[in-house]
Amino acid sequence: MSQRFTSFFASGWGIISAGVIIGVLAPLLQMAGNPANMGICVACFERDIAGALGLHRAVVVQYIRPEIIGFVFGSLIAALAFREFKARAGSAPIVRFLLGAFAMIGALVFLGCPWRALLRLVGGDFNAILGLVGLAVGIFIGVLFLKSGYSLGRATKTNYAAGWTMPVIMLGLLLLLIFRPQFSENGPVFFSEKGPGSLHAPILISLGAGLIIGFIAQRTRFCTMGAIRDVVLMRDFHLISGIVALLITAFFMNLILGQTRFGFEGQPVAHSNFIWNFLGMALAGLAFALAGGCPGRQLFLSGEGDGDAAIFVLGMITGAAFSHNFNLAGKPDALVDGVVKQGGISDFGMIAVISGLVICLIIGFSMRPEKMEVSQ
Amino acid sequence: MITEINARGLSCPQPVILAKNAIDAGKFPVKVFVDTVTARENVRRMAEKSGCKVEIKELRDEFLLTLTK
Repeated sequence: MSQRFTSFFASGWGIISAGVIIGVLAPLLQMAGNPANMGICVACFERDIAGALGLHRAVVVQYIRPEIIGFVFGSLIAALAFREFKARAGSAPIVRFLLGAFAMIGALVFLGCPWRALLRLVGGDFNAILGLVGLAVGIFIGVLFLKSGYSLGRATKTNYAAGWTMPVIMLGLLLLLIFRPQFSENGPVFFSEKGPGSLHAPILISLGAGLIIGFIAQRTRFCTMGAIRDVVLMRDFHLISGIVALLITAFFMNLILGQTRFGFEGQPVAHSNFIWNFLGMALAGLAFALAGGCPGRQLFLSGEGDGDAAIFVLGMITGAAFSHNFNLAGKPDALVDGVVKQGGISDFGMIAVISGLVICLIIGFSMRPEKMEVSQ
Repeated sequence: MITEINARGLSCPQPVILAKNAIDAGKFPVKVFVDTVTARENVRRMAEKSGCKVEIKELRDEFLLTLTK
């Protein structure tokens, strides 16, 4: 029975069903209260968590997002049920931390991870096209590195308990969310009273949706970065069929729910600065490709015991803190006296994106162990 | 001539790239050692698409895929 489930999930229909389920749930989460075109956004939600913990003090983006907790728990449950939980770590963790931080900085310049880029597109936000093209370009550069022998090296088996690190961190976050303790006067835990951070679906709905997606994504290896990478690298359309299914399903869901508005300017939690939408996501795409997974995939892997993916996630949360503390993140378009005022990023944000691209290139060129894998 | 690939602990797509390079080099059988189900499925899918016959053996903590043509 378990074997039959495993082959279904590994099949083309498995990944397509994952895309359909995410495509249904994300617009529903928006209807249930999540911000516009942000039914799910791994980068934004981790950024909100960083804010809730007081790692940054942008008051409009602070909330412990149960979807993220659900992603990790759902994956954990699937991995345990199908005996795939495996504690492993040790593949250049500090490099992965850095990649996570820069991936987040890039994603927040665009204002969304690949998941949200897809959801923004089917919500009618054409700026997402620039982001997705940037993402593909970043991944394409990553593929060139992979083809020429780039590797972060091997992970090795580690202590069973170490594999539980991220699930335990998530349990801690869940407790903070439920009990909402205040650790000092004017101190964390913070919960936004206005802005995107204040918009959220009820906790149980968010958590439930996260669990379902985490479970099915662990089984199907759903990955937004891997989808593009596999097409570029070896004309493999397996993962991307899930993305196409997500796009089609979410598009019709949005139409049915009346959540579609086409255009470039004044889109919700988005800016229409083309070049930096493109470059921000190019940085994110390159960092994801070098780290081997999109932000969602990194969460799912961390749920099945992968300590290196967990480090990447912590890098992303740290990157989010830097983004907002150092004014690197994109500012959304705003409506001032009935006129759309274009948002964009600060000079600091531009410097951060360029620095991130340079550092990722250095990582790509320098991380290449001797050819030790093949013996004849 | 046997090609043996140690793809243990490598994250995808590296096991797939190594296996594909070996298939393209044409020295069969190609034996690939991997230690996650994800890597096993990815290598299997790529090998079958390349027209190889794939035999999978579950060892204690890992998998051995034998690719033949």
